[in-house]
Amino acid sequence: MLHNSLKIFGSYAHLMGRTFSRPDRWKEFFKCYIDEIYKLGVNSIPIVIIISLFIGAVIAIQMQLNIVSPLLPKYTVGVATREIILLEFSSTMLALILSGKVGSNIASEIGAMRVTEQIDALEIMGINSANYIILPKIAGMVTFMPVLVIFSMATGILGGYAIAVLTGIISISILTYGIQAFFNEFYIWYALFKSLFFAYIISSIASFYGYTVKGGSLQVGKASTNAVVVSSVMILLVDVIITQIMMG
Amino acid sequence: MIEIKHINKSFEGKQVLYDISAQFYEGKTNLIIGQSGSGKTVLVKSIVGLMRPESGEILYDGRNSMVMKTSQIKALRKEIGMLFQGSALFDSETVLGNVIFPLKMYTRDSYATCKKRAEFCLDRVNLHGVNDLYPSEISGGMQKRVAIARAIALNPKYLFCDEPNSGLDPKTSLVIDELLSDITHEYKMTTIINTHDMNSVLGIGENIIFIRKGHKEWVGTRDEITTCDNVALEDFVFATPLFKEVKHYLVEQGK
Ligand SMILES: Nc1ncnc2c1ncn2[C@@H]1O[C@H](COP(=O)(O)OP(=O)(O)OP(=O)(O)O)[C@@H](O)[C@H]1O
Ligand SMILES: [Mg+2]
Repeated sequence: MLHNSLKIFGSYAHLMGRTFSRPDRWKEFFKCYIDEIYKLGVNSIPIVIIISLFIGAVIAIQMQLNIVSPLLPKYTVGVATREIILLEFSSTMLALILSGKVGSNIASEIGAMRVTEQIDALEIMGINSANYIILPKIAGMVTFMPVLVIFSMATGILGGYAIAVLTGIISISILTYGIQAFFNEFYIWYALFKSLFFAYIISSIASFYGYTVKGGSLQVGKASTNAVVVSSVMILLVDVIITQIMMG
Repeated sequence: MIEIKHINKSFEGKQVLYDISAQFYEGKTNLIIGQSGSGKTVLVKSIVGLMRPESGEILYDGRNSMVMKTSQIKALRKEIGMLFQGSALFDSETVLGNVIFPLKMYTRDSYATCKKRAEFCLDRVNLHGVNDLYPSEISGGMQKRVAIARAIALNPKYLFCDEPNSGLDPKTSLVIDELLSDITHEYKMTTIINTHDMNSVLGIGENIIFIRKGHKEWVGTRDEITTCDNVALEDFVFATPLFKEVKHYLVEQGK
């Protein structure tokens, strides 16, 4: 088990070594990079908005229903909703959701290229296929992830507001006060910082599982499952580590 | 000319190629033939360097690719074109995009120049009016031809084809065989073709290497194949009743 994990980590490190080298053609690299930002990032905006709106709403409802203590001021609902969204939801939970969407997309795309020999075809042309295929994906994901996080924060809080406006279970003025009270800008930087690691984890692990597919379409399916499972676990692990270091 | 010496290759202890030595000549269509599973694909992938044999030498006009540095391999690869068993066209690129791809990665030429060269190659394989279609929108035979066009785009010295006419109808196969034979002679390429298609063997086999269960069993030309007395080869080439009759006819003609 340990031996196997080390072996997998070794080949992952080797692949990353090949990935992070100078592109053969910068022009081609930038073209692929823009494509990937669009494919992986921009195309994820709708799902990020929808999920964040609903989760923001649900968090606000839960806070309102569960924080019923005479010792806590009413605006605690706003503070708690904001902190949950800023600290964990818009970075970690969002990353888990994206590992499903983006991770499986990357792994199956690269896996299909492997089994149809497109990767071999690149190699035969003397192109570093890992660099050509994987680097734009990692770069695109890492640069666009913060944008997704900001979208998620904004729409999450909007979701909370929507509940106040639509149902009236929370007073809007109290919620507004709570959301602004004791605001610490560092939390936003903290979430953005974490999200960069998550973006790297999602894109590099999915690329690894796709790139190392052996066999046929059955194995491509397995690879994309593995990519999602492994990157989810790694995201949570790294979350614990970064949280301990930065907040502890 | 490509010369291989004593190539051995195995996968996790299972030996696939046994001590294979052979020569592939410039300006000739060199055929590697053998049954399904005999090791043809593994042999070709070993020669081009997509797989690494455990031992042996692979000499590209005297240059041993087994001991080359990464940068030298990269330079050598620019002289190699390859046609894969499943075409291996890039799904995300159009037909024209596929053929232009090696040009834009390796030449400093303007887009217009690259496009002209790509169109010339597509014309060379008799493909017209499909430039803007994607690989999934054209037939298997057309995909093969696009793959050939892409393989010859950089004017390679060495051309490798893994089963260029598997899955094609006899007429299209013939067109592809003739095409490969023509460009080989025209550009003095060293062409290596994997096949188990007997029409190709008898049609364009100028230097035939017969592989059986990972061993080199026989070497010769298409004329020698009809008169040879190697039992395994005869069994393989003239397996069907039709080809047995063909052999009869050829032998009688020879007399
Ligand atoms: N990557 C691999 N790992 C393990 N074994 C392999 C691998 N590639 C090929 N083999 C084995 O090597 C042998 C030769 O396979 P190869 O693909 O070269 O056959 P082939 O002559 O090209 O057959 P076909 O005409 O069907 O394409 C087979 O027994 C196959 O199981
Ligand atoms: Mg084969």
